[in-house]
Amino acid sequence: MPLAEKGTVISNHQTGRDLWEMEFLAPGIAAESKPGQFVNVRLGDYSDPLLRRPLSLYDVEPDAGRITLLYKIVGRGTQLLSRYGSGQLIDVMGPLGLGFDLVQNRRVILIGGGVGIAPLLFLTRELVARHNEVIVLHGTGSSDELCSQGRFSKLGVEYKVATMDGSSGYKGLLTDMMKEALEPLPTDYIYTCGPEPMMSAVAAYASQHGISGQLSLEEHMACGVGACLGCARKLKETDTAYVKICKDGPVFPLDAVQLSTGGS
Amino acid sequence: MNEETRENLIDMSVNLGGLKMQNPVAVASGTFGYGREYQDFIDISRIGAVIVKGTTLEERCGNPAPRIYETPAGMLNAIGLENPGIDVFLNVYLPSLIEDRVTVIANIAGNTVDEYALLSRKIDKHPGIAGIELNISCPNVKQGGMQFGTDPDLVKQVVEAVKSETSLPVIPKLSPNVTDIVSIARAARDGGADALSMINTLMGMAVDIDRRKPVLGNIFGGLSGPAIKPVALRMIYQVYKEVDLPILGGGGILNTRDALEFIMAGASAVSIGTGNFVNPVVAEEIALGLEKYVTEQGLTGINELVGAAVL
Ligand SMILES: Cc1cc2nc3c(=O)[nH]c(=O)nc-3n(C[C@H](O)[C@H](O)[C@H](O)COP(=O)(O)OP(=O)(O)OC[C@H]3O[C@@H](n4cnc5c(N)ncnc54)[C@H](O)[C@@H]3O)c2cc1C
Ligand SMILES: Cc1cc2nc3c(=O)[nH]c(=O)nc-3n(C[C@H](O)[C@H](O)[C@H](O)COP(=O)(O)O)c2cc1C
Ligand code: FES
Repeated sequence: MPLAEKGTVISNHQTGRDLWEMEFLAPGIAAESKPGQFVNVRLGDYSDPLLRRPLSLYDVEPDAGRITLLYKIVGRGTQLLSRYGSGQLIDVMGPLGLGFDLVQNRRVILIGGGVGIAPLLFLTRELVARHNEVIVLHGTGSSDELCSQGRFSKLGVEYKVATMDGSSGYKGLLTDMMKEALEPLPTDYIYTCGPEPMMSAVAAYASQHGISGQLSLEEHMACGVGACLGCARKLKETDTAYVKICKDGPVFPLDAVQLSTGGS
Repeated sequence: MNEETRENLIDMSVNLGGLKMQNPVAVASGTFGYGREYQDFIDISRIGAVIVKGTTLEERCGNPAPRIYETPAGMLNAIGLENPGIDVFLNVYLPSLIEDRVTVIANIAGNTVDEYALLSRKIDKHPGIAGIELNISCPNVKQGGMQFGTDPDLVKQVVEAVKSETSLPVIPKLSPNVTDIVSIARAARDGGADALSMINTLMGMAVDIDRRKPVLGNIFGGLSGPAIKPVALRMIYQVYKEVDLPILGGGGILNTRDALEFIMAGASAVSIGTGNFVNPVVAEEIALGLEKYVTEQGLTGINELVGAAVL
């Protein structure tokens, strides 16, 4: 059951260009959390910015009651988030939404674009616990936008990097690296989160090779609980009904969504 | 008199034109779904009244995305009245609210006067609803899409038509997108309204300069939140002075101080909309905050404060 909790910030620090990690204690939310779910965070007592900000559960350690967020500063809300210091209280609602389906004893690939890596660390933790062979592919523009590699290697999984400028790992598109990484061995399942054109390429590849999987979508949100009907989206253009990303998602099957390919 | 005995004498309930609320705080239509959505966060039976999502005769799938956008101290929304239709509401969503003893106010929207009448007839036949709020900020299909709520004659017609179908308290919800709110309020009273709800959202828009397009799929949307509070207070103040009907006041309320402003400007009860998104337990917090204020001021009830600031 989701709840509203005042978390206590343990640490909040920069880990890359505009990229921050915040750890806080929120035992109630941590105990209920599943990979792929998110929290809706209020930024102080302000009436401006007014709305909460949805952020994925980057990592959760239920026993310690600890939640970690990975966020990129893109506007005023995330800027304010970066000003929280340790010991400060943070107003969080969660866990919200439906998380990823967790497969067992499979060979799975996790593909994160940019800060879209956020929901994939907690997912890795849970997949490893379910005896899956996990490979994580992360693509960014440059090496200073990568998250802490140690967090993945600590879980004993392969973490491969692609950067557009070649400053780290494979030089070029994450989706090109994906093809090379996936070719040699059969893949049972794909999880992905990132920019839509990237996920679109992943979904196309998966469908060509008959691999099923799931992706995570974003939409502007107000309530985060299905009450305002603000985060609506048609999964396919021909659909008549709208899904609510906050309640019906943010996770959907790879083949259920018609993604933006980025071309205009 | 000691604190305890005085507290026992305090009565926080309100009577809004025949609609009884255990406390003066309602949650506004479209911001609280059918109550269930917030159930994990708040005991909905402790809210003065839950005004459920706007309901139409037939199912509506709503407006294209994006539907919401944050603005300074507020937000724009263009949901487009997405709802499953009146029958599904009455048969599927209402029963559990009744079971939980929630004071439910239905909120209805029609394309024609007849549709408002038909919706009210269906609601009237169905036990468990405490009152009907009329969303008259909808386009009138028969009159070329002009909003019902901007024309006094149409407002009177709609209210009359609804009153003839139901004995439940009828509460027209006034649109602020008019030049003379008092004439609209008078028309609603002349049509037989039992109370007035005000205000609905202010029409607005936002532009995406990268795409050089309106942000919202629907181009225009309704502005809500603290940004509209001064406008709401002004309109409530004007109507309170001129029209003798209880007012359910709202627009940007986030805390007890805001609620007190509305009550002192003439509202008998308050509604919280956007505030629920910011703080899911705000309705309960404000109800308690108002009670505390009444106690501290040595009053017997909230009624003593209604219109206290009106000169
Ligand atoms: C389910 C979900 C999970 C997310 N997880 C993460 C995460 O783990 N790390 C991370 O860095 N970001 C994540 N995001 C995106 C994050 O919510 C936005 O970057 C953030 O809200 C921007 O707020 P701002 O005030 O800094 O930016 P502004 O652009 O000033 O925000 C203005 C408004 O737009 C909304 N908004 C802007 N960008 C987005 C967006 N991409 N998605 C949804 N709403 C947006 C804001 O919430 C706010 O209401 C997630 C989004 C969703 C929907
Ligand atoms: C997302 C959203 C949906 C709304 N839907 C409705 C609706 O269906 N019917 C209605 O009468 N008002 C609707 N409203 C208006 C609110 O009920 C309320 O009158 C308005 O938002 C002003 O109050 P606030 O500033 O407290 O939100 C909606 C408002 C929002 C933000
Ligand atoms: S954010 Fe309100 S319904 Fe999804």
